[in-house]
Amino acid sequence: MIPAAVDYVRADSAEAAVAALGEHGDEAKLLAGGQSLVPLMKLRLATPTVLVDVGRAADLSGIAVDGDTVSVGALTTHSALEHSAELAAACPLLAHVASQVGDPAVRHRGTLGGSLAHADPASDLPAAVLALGGTLVATGPGGSREIAATDFFTGFLESALAVDEVLTEVRVPVSTGGWSYQKFNRRAQDWAIVGVVVAEGGAGVALVNMGSTPMRASGVESALAGGASAGDAAAVAADGTEPPTDNNADGAYREHLARVLTGRALAEAGVG
Amino acid sequence: MTDTLDATSPFAGGIVGEARLRKEDPALLTGEAKFIDDLALPGSLWIACVRSPHAHARITSIDTSEALATEGVAAVYTGADLADAWAAPLPCAWPVTDDMKNPAHHPVAIDKANYAGDIVAVVVAESRYAAADGIEGVVVDYEPLDAVVDLADAESDRVVIHEDCGTNVSYDWALVPDPDAVDAAFADAVHHVTETYVHQRLIPAPMEPRGVAAVPSPHNGDMTLYSSTQIPHILKVMASLTLGLPEQKVRVIAPSVGGGFGCKLNVYAEEIICMALAGRHGVPVRWTETRTEAAGSTIQGRAQRQTIELAADADGRLTAVRATLLADMGAYLQLVTPGVPLLGAFLYHGLYDVPAYAFTCRSVFTNMTPTDAYRGAGRPEATYAIERAMDALAVAVGVGPDEIRSRNYIPTEKFPYDSPAGLIFDSGNYQPTLDRAKELVDWDGRRAEQADRRAAGSTKQLGVGISSYVEMCGLAPSRTLAALNYGAGGWESATVRILPTCKVQVVTGSTPHGQGHETCWSMIVADQLGVDPDDVEVLHSDTAISPLGMDTYGSRSLAVGGTALWMATEKVVDKARTIAAHMLEAAAEDLEFAGGVFSVKGSPDKEVPLAGVAFGAFTAHDLPDDVEPNLEAQVTFDPGNFVFPFGTHIAVVEVDEETGAVDLLDYAAVDDCGNQINPLIVQGQLHGGIVQGVAQALWEDAVYDADGQLRAANLADYLVPSAAECIDMKLDHTVTPSNSNPMGVKGIGEAGTIASTPAVMNAVVDALRPHGITDITMPASPMTVRRAIEVAGGGAS
Repeated sequence: MIPAAVDYVRADSAEAAVAALGEHGDEAKLLAGGQSLVPLMKLRLATPTVLVDVGRAADLSGIAVDGDTVSVGALTTHSALEHSAELAAACPLLAHVASQVGDPAVRHRGTLGGSLAHADPASDLPAAVLALGGTLVATGPGGSREIAATDFFTGFLESALAVDEVLTEVRVPVSTGGWSYQKFNRRAQDWAIVGVVVAEGGAGVALVNMGSTPMRASGVESALAGGASAGDAAAVAADGTEPPTDNNADGAYREHLARVLTGRALAEAGVG
Repeated sequence: MTDTLDATSPFAGGIVGEARLRKEDPALLTGEAKFIDDLALPGSLWIACVRSPHAHARITSIDTSEALATEGVAAVYTGADLADAWAAPLPCAWPVTDDMKNPAHHPVAIDKANYAGDIVAVVVAESRYAAADGIEGVVVDYEPLDAVVDLADAESDRVVIHEDCGTNVSYDWALVPDPDAVDAAFADAVHHVTETYVHQRLIPAPMEPRGVAAVPSPHNGDMTLYSSTQIPHILKVMASLTLGLPEQKVRVIAPSVGGGFGCKLNVYAEEIICMALAGRHGVPVRWTETRTEAAGSTIQGRAQRQTIELAADADGRLTAVRATLLADMGAYLQLVTPGVPLLGAFLYHGLYDVPAYAFTCRSVFTNMTPTDAYRGAGRPEATYAIERAMDALAVAVGVGPDEIRSRNYIPTEKFPYDSPAGLIFDSGNYQPTLDRAKELVDWDGRRAEQADRRAAGSTKQLGVGISSYVEMCGLAPSRTLAALNYGAGGWESATVRILPTCKVQVVTGSTPHGQGHETCWSMIVADQLGVDPDDVEVLHSDTAISPLGMDTYGSRSLAVGGTALWMATEKVVDKARTIAAHMLEAAAEDLEFAGGVFSVKGSPDKEVPLAGVAFGAFTAHDLPDDVEPNLEAQVTFDPGNFVFPFGTHIAVVEVDEETGAVDLLDYAAVDDCGNQINPLIVQGQLHGGIVQGVAQALWEDAVYDADGQLRAANLADYLVPSAAECIDMKLDHTVTPSNSNPMGVKGIGEAGTIASTPAVMNAVVDALRPHGITDITMPASPMTVRRAIEVAGGGAS
């Protein structure tokens, strides 16, 4: 609970953050809201030698709706997502999922970009962005590039970001079709034991905490696309997953929950 | 709500019995209160503890060279280095039997670690950060040994943890007043119910972890220990003995203490280490516990397996109760570890009129964190066993859980009740608490709804669970403690001092750690003296200011410390009456004292206010002969009996059979703690206590794996409930005064925790009974409940 010594650099813009990352290499970690990184540092499970604090980079925060795309700055807090009237109209799923993250203190500090970049399979927002078919914008020394959410999560707590790249923006389509987030946990503040996101009437379905990465429930999606009933689609929700075992659940129980919760999510989303 | 004071209450001042906001809260809520870690102690050294990662291992070597080379590190000590720093191992004050096995528990282990968390070396550094860096440089070689984490395995002595004890069994203890009567009752029983229950380990998890600062005075040999403790007075005695320090040189101060729930009723290695090293280095030495340490290195609670048997006649009237425990002591005996099962030993028949009784307990060592007192300490376990078993008996007899209880409650006319375990229950009137609790949850309506859901085959089933309880608290008559081999008395001290300006100082030996002593103590004194409660200052928690005390645990503060206070105030009033009579030239027995004024009966114009008496006592210009100046009295009260609060709680739960999730829908608690000094504090104790007991039923579990590793060492994995998990509880009360003390009060600090766990588990099992399920292992996690349904054939996974 006592972190090791660490140097601190403040970056007031994405450009400055990229420069700092370039200077310090893989010994550096970006600090945004700190809700995942700081606990790991206090337990000395993460021991970066330099923290690059982007918390005050004004150009990385905000929600904008342009045509059929919602653009969210990576530093936008969960609380801002939760309480944005614009987002509630354009993509109520994302606003709702943000309201389910952690507790109010976490939601006031934690950021969308931080949650995605941390790539925790047990986190809520990665699955939401996956189900929505979102796109992530990474900025590095050579400029910006777009990464499809489906290509972003590469392993347990690993993403497609290069060490000198900063996640600057998240784009999701305007989505007001039937949606649901079924988050199953024992206390309100906890990570999901299993979560199921259904977006846009079943066009996108994603699972929380069912493997080493946030993942789409592609079996469910293709079953629905092929005309399967919601019940039949839910029955394949756990196919191909390798869920973890912990105090709350073993793999078999998680698979059971995935099927039950997918059925409930599809029903809430109005999927036949 | 009915009145909070019985007509026989001694309070007439209009203050006691009022729901008043706590004096303590502004400082706590604004962050102004000073806890251990807030103390500014320039020049301090900090320690960090190197803890064994193994549950059971020989220490083969320790290399401290890298740690000593770490910037800011002043010293590193191993157990061998410090072997002569203490005069005795860490104390256990409760040798429950003469032949109890009590292995030496060194503050720093010397050659063997016996649980994951056992301290094997100590780093002393200039800052907390440098100390934490330093422990990474201590290289310890271990020879891992098989860990004992299962109670039956421990009992088998397959691996003997403490070789010098020769066995893992610490003690066997029995309370069987009349074995023949028990055997005869079971031989004649129409109904014979045998149930086995497991109490998981629980982590007390107070909001403030422990913390220590030992401040030496090298010029005169004084040693002041600041500690986040419930027991500064006991700690002073024990620390002096353990370190071989002259007790008059030791002062212990507990600053604001952020909760304890029993886990700060102890003498811990870190306290002794900091004192020893403060003496050695000549500067303050301090330590603040991390949350991870709080999980695995502070004592844990519960941890026992119970078998309870009920014998009953054809109508379900109990004829005998027999309980057998196997209790997990953990790796060592802490201050009162072995006594915890004994605090429940007298109560396995609950509040039922049972002629024959038998209790036996075996306690064993394991390679896990030591256990000790945790809110309720023994009584939650006892209440759980009897209340779960009563539901099983109701099923066997074919009557409702309410009816089986009504048939067996000790009749009101039998009080004071000679219990089959040898206690005398002071007062009780149980049936009204059940009746009222049933009203509060709409018992009949819920039963009808339950039947409808069952008939409809709903996946969301309702369960309703009753828990009626009585507990023994107000620890404790010193002679009773002597009979139980406890190493100290159960008295409490109070001093009441009226200052020249008629403000009041109270000195109490009862040490608060969140309960609200300052509020209640000032209300009592203000009510008696006719002064404003804000004019009463309550001094506590510093052995130099309050030299006599036995501190706070076992719901004893009000019943014992409050009584001492009440008696001291009466003594002060008596002295003031003598002086007032002299001033009024009347006989003392002709004076009335009300509203802070002494007046002569029948001559209302002849009066003198307490302020006048106080100033007269201070100037001493004109006191009667043989009366000393000043208004001050000290009383040490040793209770003649325990107090026995009681009540009935009812939980209503909904079980989602598809996921196994249990949702608490409604909760009613009707409790009786006699006269209530401050009903707001009573309600607060119940709210927190109930949630803490519900947490055992539904959430909390200090899981250890087969290697003895704690798998719930943080607040993500150890599920302490938050406000979001709480529901609005329906509280009501009855008032049946105790005759164990003149205020007619009983303790309420632990009642909620004692009552709520079985209420919730009875409700969970009630919901699942159509599946043939008769028990769910705590906590009733969704996976556990779902698995039970699947095993019972209630749905494929």
